[in-house]
Amino acid sequence: MKRQAYSIPYLTWMTIFAVLPLFLVLFYAFTTKQGSFTLDNLIRFFDPLYLNVLVRSINLALVSTLICLILGYPMAYIISKANIKARNTLILFFIIPMWMNFLLRTYAWMTILERNGIINKFLSLFGIKPLSLLYTNGAVILGMVYNFLPFMVLPIYTVLIKIDKSLIEASYDLGANKLTTFIKVVFPLSLPGVISGITMVFMPSVTTFAISRLLGGGQFTLIGNLIERQFINVGDWNFGSAISIVMMAIILISIAIMNKFDKDKEGVNLW
Amino acid sequence: MAEKILDLQNLTKVYEGNTVLNNLNLYVRKNEFITLLGPSGCGKTTTLRLIGGFETPTSGKIFFEGQDITNLPPYKRQVNTVFQKYALFPHLNVFENIAFGLRLKKVSESEIKERVKKMLALVNLTGYENREISSLSGGQQQRVAIARALVNEPKVLLLDEPLGALDLKLRKEMQTELKKMQQALGITFIFVTHDQEEALTMSDTIVVMNGGTIQQIGRPEDIYNEPKNAFVAEFIGESNILDGIMLDDCLVEILGQKFRCVDKGFNQNEPVDVVIRPEDILVTRENNGKLEGYVENVTFKGVHYEMIINSSEFHFKVHSTKMEPVGTKVYLDVEPENIHIMKKVK
Amino acid sequence: MVSRVLKRVYAALIYIFLYAPILILIIFSFNESKSRGSFTGFTLKWYKQLFSDRQIMQAMYYTLTVAFIASLVSTILGTLAAIGIHNMKKTTKKISLNITYLPVLNPDIVTAISLMVLFIALKLKLGLLTMIIAHITFCLPYVVLSVLPKLKQLNPNIYEAALDLGATPSYALRKVIIPEIMPGIISGALLAFTLSVDDFVISFFTTGNGVSNLSITIYSMARRGIKPEINALSTILFLIVLVLLILINKTTNNETKEMR
Repeated sequence: MKRQAYSIPYLTWMTIFAVLPLFLVLFYAFTTKQGSFTLDNLIRFFDPLYLNVLVRSINLALVSTLICLILGYPMAYIISKANIKARNTLILFFIIPMWMNFLLRTYAWMTILERNGIINKFLSLFGIKPLSLLYTNGAVILGMVYNFLPFMVLPIYTVLIKIDKSLIEASYDLGANKLTTFIKVVFPLSLPGVISGITMVFMPSVTTFAISRLLGGGQFTLIGNLIERQFINVGDWNFGSAISIVMMAIILISIAIMNKFDKDKEGVNLW
Repeated sequence: MAEKILDLQNLTKVYEGNTVLNNLNLYVRKNEFITLLGPSGCGKTTTLRLIGGFETPTSGKIFFEGQDITNLPPYKRQVNTVFQKYALFPHLNVFENIAFGLRLKKVSESEIKERVKKMLALVNLTGYENREISSLSGGQQQRVAIARALVNEPKVLLLDEPLGALDLKLRKEMQTELKKMQQALGITFIFVTHDQEEALTMSDTIVVMNGGTIQQIGRPEDIYNEPKNAFVAEFIGESNILDGIMLDDCLVEILGQKFRCVDKGFNQNEPVDVVIRPEDILVTRENNGKLEGYVENVTFKGVHYEMIINSSEFHFKVHSTKMEPVGTKVYLDVEPENIHIMKKVK
Repeated sequence: MVSRVLKRVYAALIYIFLYAPILILIIFSFNESKSRGSFTGFTLKWYKQLFSDRQIMQAMYYTLTVAFIASLVSTILGTLAAIGIHNMKKTTKKISLNITYLPVLNPDIVTAISLMVLFIALKLKLGLLTMIIAHITFCLPYVVLSVLPKLKQLNPNIYEAALDLGATPSYALRKVIIPEIMPGIISGALLAFTLSVDDFVISFFTTGNGVSNLSITIYSMARRGIKPEINALSTILFLIVLVLLILINKTTNNETKEMR
């Protein structure tokens, strides 16, 4: 038996459970409830009501990604500069929270942010009136940054520690100071990590529905919530499928764009 | 003449539209040390892999002791291979690596112990049984790979550039050792290399290959002294290859001068390639009526000097123990038997 | 020196940000009062009640069952698949890899609803079985992607060397290839297990019939307020993971030291 044949069970499985379902979704997106072809579902999505949801989702995801990058890059850099033993421990402590159920961690933020929450309790000690922190855009962004920050730090860190030390020494040797070396050598070399970090934060941010549901409350609907509602509450699979197709297209296009930037397609481990 | 052990007939191998081996015919005699020599991509490794059974030919047949083994899988062939990067199993220690083949043959535990021990002694690694592969040096891994193959007592041992990863000194040592082993065990060795010096030192027979075809088969001396064509001449040792015209039997014109030679059977005034080894060129200061030139460059090479001598804009490479300073006007001559005439290859 | 202090402060702030919510969960797991507002006194009663809470125990059971089956099946299928894909020719390899990347790159929610649509189209009742199938599907690519690099690192002649020494292809696979790629298989299995335990979105859409894993249970509780028993459970789980990871880290650290 040829060794290629070992992949047959897997490919069969994936064809049935990964490829076929997408065609089903595609089918629903372009048909009416009665099963005849239509573009109405897609057109309906371009109603300002729904388009706003899309724009808000992308905006929030972009802001979260940017914050993750700003917070995460220096962190990755600091960790990568530590000695090997400290480095492993520091990165381990970055991974540990990810092992805790993300809904629980998000829930914990509710406890911190709510009206009777820890922050407001603390502020009241100084006579400051309680602020409404929960159920705001800010809370949703916070939830995204909190949950996805490690996805930014880990790939950047992985690339940074792989950079050949002699390149940095060469830069010093050629007369560059620390800052110039960073701008001209280290940062450009770390770009593949930055790019995969951006992709890994932006993707789940734009598609999440649990974080917005818990921290954003009912009124901050994101595109993920919209899909959820079509399938779970409204039962309009056709429209739900159309939204999913649009979302998939956005994600795949942004990945393609990101890959264009990533010249040496090395790909960073998910670990 | 000893009997044939291996016979390759009309072997052709095509990979994704590229012909890497083109109608190769070759036989190997028992107890012979035969070397497949050529530049990378010449088809030598493919030939070896066909013999090992890792590839099947696109067309052609392979006979082993008269039996057709063309489509026999590797684990049923009585040949063993020493791979280029050794391919030792990193998860097994030295003993288990060597015992791997014996265990598959259900050899008794006590015999395995004895045979592995004997092999380790043969490759000078006595006492290394329990060492991990990763703790061995390149040369030691090499020896384990040889022991792992030889312990199965193959009739033919295939060696795919086994010394390529070793440093020069170690390589020379291993060359002598391998040759000794081959003579002591009486096993046929088929050795693949791109290093012409290695081939000349070790082999009984050399097969020079290029572009998927055999260029020349012969004893090392014959290949060196009587290269069949310009490719072989250039690949084996250093040489000066000039355009010449065959004026008559045993008379060739090079750079406008007539030279006596020993080759016959060419057409009159046929253009030919003329090969002269650097060490065969005689340099004098007296005008001998032959080629006139001047020394362009001199390099000291240890046993000899290498001089580049420009004669009518042809740059001769000359090896000599006597040095002429740069700029000296000199005269070149070559003994008739050292002038090798070859048909032009298109 | 100023920059060094600055770096430490910065790192410390980030870690505080990461651990603050976890710390709060842990503190509240010892809180006398059921309310999440204020700490009224120390108690261990939630830890005792945890084990008699049917809902939580049930969710725990489903979570572990699904994770165990999904990671086992996906590790076996995925490892075989990786070996197959590694030996494929260019075009078939490309197609197989694209199929593999599909669920990884696709948003979770799209994978989730597409599977739900499929299950309903196939008239499969949503429940434990559909959830297991869904988990296998999204775990499989991660196993394949953890094993493939190990195969690439392998000296290609190793398999041939085994055949050369008389091993049949299946013997060579079992005794040579599998042991060599074991680290990749193990990390694939661990990845599959943790992804499965942590999954919410896909489980949410592909289950039914009262079958809820921990994530779904927490999600449905979150708006009303989470039972303090959940805090206790997460504290226990967190400590287990913490100890395990630190132990693993210690041993690998020691190994790297011995290598030198």
